[in-house]
Amino acid sequence: MTTATGRQIPDRLTSPLSRALKSWEALLLVVAVAIFIANSLASPYFLDPWNLSDASFNFTEKAMIAFAMAMLIIAGEIDLSVGSIIALASTVMGAAAAAGMGTPALVVLGLGTGLVCGAFNGLLVARFGLPSIVVTIGTMSLFRGISYIALGDGAYTTYPDSFAWFGQGYVWWVITVELVIFALAALAFGILLHRTNFGRMVYAIGNNATAARFSGIRVEKIRFILFLLTGLMSGIASICLTSRLGSTRPSIASGFELEVVTIVVLGGVSILGGSGSIAGVVLAALVMGLVTFGLGLLNVPGIVMSIIMGLLLISVIALPRLWTMLRK
Amino acid sequence: MSVIGKALATAAMGLALMTTAAQAEEMRIALVVKALGIGFFEAANKGAEEAAKELGDVKIIYTGPTDTTAEGQIEVINSLIAQKVDAIAVSANDTDALVPTLKKAMDRGITVISWDSGVAPEGRQMHLNPSSSSLIGNMIIKLAADNLPKDGTSEVAVLSATTTSTNQNTWIEEMNKVAPNYPNVKVVGTVYGDDLADKSYREAQGLMQTYPNLKAIIAPTSVGIVAAAQAVTDAGKVGQVNVTGLGLPSEMAGHVKSGASKSFAIWNPIDLGYSATMLAYHLAKKDAEAKPGASIAIGRMGEVKLDDKNEAAMADPFVYDAGNIDQFSSIF
Repeated sequence: MTTATGRQIPDRLTSPLSRALKSWEALLLVVAVAIFIANSLASPYFLDPWNLSDASFNFTEKAMIAFAMAMLIIAGEIDLSVGSIIALASTVMGAAAAAGMGTPALVVLGLGTGLVCGAFNGLLVARFGLPSIVVTIGTMSLFRGISYIALGDGAYTTYPDSFAWFGQGYVWWVITVELVIFALAALAFGILLHRTNFGRMVYAIGNNATAARFSGIRVEKIRFILFLLTGLMSGIASICLTSRLGSTRPSIASGFELEVVTIVVLGGVSILGGSGSIAGVVLAALVMGLVTFGLGLLNVPGIVMSIIMGLLLISVIALPRLWTMLRK
Repeated sequence: MSVIGKALATAAMGLALMTTAAQAEEMRIALVVKALGIGFFEAANKGAEEAAKELGDVKIIYTGPTDTTAEGQIEVINSLIAQKVDAIAVSANDTDALVPTLKKAMDRGITVISWDSGVAPEGRQMHLNPSSSSLIGNMIIKLAADNLPKDGTSEVAVLSATTTSTNQNTWIEEMNKVAPNYPNVKVVGTVYGDDLADKSYREAQGLMQTYPNLKAIIAPTSVGIVAAAQAVTDAGKVGQVNVTGLGLPSEMAGHVKSGASKSFAIWNPIDLGYSATMLAYHLAKKDAEAKPGASIAIGRMGEVKLDDKNEAAMADPFVYDAGNIDQFSSIF
């Protein structure tokens, strides 16, 4: 019998190898490699380390948030305010920079604003039991609204030179600071979700929150922590993006929330909660980045690009369903 | 090596040779716009293509994000840097946010200019304004004067936006400076419609009541000019009071045809795209240099002179009348 989450409990376990080969991650890996090869054939400019390094900015900031968002969605919640958290954190940092604060203070403020916003979302969802989609649609307008009130049609542009390191700096050769943060975040969230009790509890809540509660899991506390993590990652993304742009406007990062959710869903995380992996999200971020960069190199108009992204998303999600339907 | 392998290698080499040959003879200029699918920018692209045809060895890459975000424009510019285009001419969604990316483009030897909507000075070699305040100030009073009797003085009034609108205030100030050159015009007053359609309409009605001999209304705002033309039409004073100023062809087409407005002005996007391409070409070719005081040729548009901020004004605003309104009203 199918539960509300659409998950089936298999009556016999398949071998780990065949499971790995048939997994979503394997499919995504194949797609990523195919896109990589197609891009190298289509454009002579694709296989250039510097170009690929520049192109990584297409996805690094969004992917950082996508890791936290993946855990949130696995637990059956969602946060649509992440783009607005970026805007608010960036505005706070901009105001502080205009007041003459140095880079360390700006970083603390960026992270702090992210955490406060995450805590606000988490409090409303976990303490007052409000649905997260409603809460975060509200805070999406609220957080960005505060930025608009503070800035209007103005901009903060007076960041200290050392602040540029996060979004424009290189750790070694073509490896950007943002790529390193992306990799570290992937590792940290991978361990948190797949190797800790906390991660098991997140899956348990996503599959059946009531059963999880009766098993002694403090559901509200974990939900609150997940919103806090999403806020924190949005704060980190805000530092990177603000540093890369070297300026803040209230319209910064508009539309990011949908792109983040797209990466998570493309990564194989069930939008109904209960399943998904960080490896899938990493691969999905790479696929998104490769597709947009490859099409950009061919000067495909943005409108056509979004149509192709939409088709890719639908087909990658529909194919496994079709496959199982045909096999029956 | 297999036969297929050899064939592939030969093909790859051939391809490599072809691409280098193509690069040697063709200059690639990217026209980056605020967003695709906007009539104004499509028209600018027409102008850019016209310039490319005239220059012969230029390929235009017309591109931009789907919506008017700085982030989207940065992704587009990054892919242009990767393609090693020769020049980027951008109408920016954000004065400051594009600067780091455009700096990187310049570091890699790409010519960068901004046009229409500018980038901060450190992010571009020069900026092309469609016109200048003094040219606009002169044009709006000239349009009024040209349609009035040459002898005697006719009463004319100004319908502006808000009292604090920087653009409008500057233009009106410039207009008053050159007013003595048009002795047949007497500016009797300025009212403010706050760029709201209904308030502008009432202010225009008020002008016609206060000055019964009013012969023209100058509205240097696209909201005000439409409202004034409507007020003149509703008062049955078409032919008696001429409405002119700055407006959009698509919004003014009806009023030009009815005669409420004999002519008005605004920049011509085709000329703007054409001039931006010409500038990018000469700067990339290194037969011109972007420095204060320099003059750079822009084909059929003559030449522009850079001011101390490396900004240049293209030309007088373009005049639209019954003769050309249909051609442009479908564009913007």
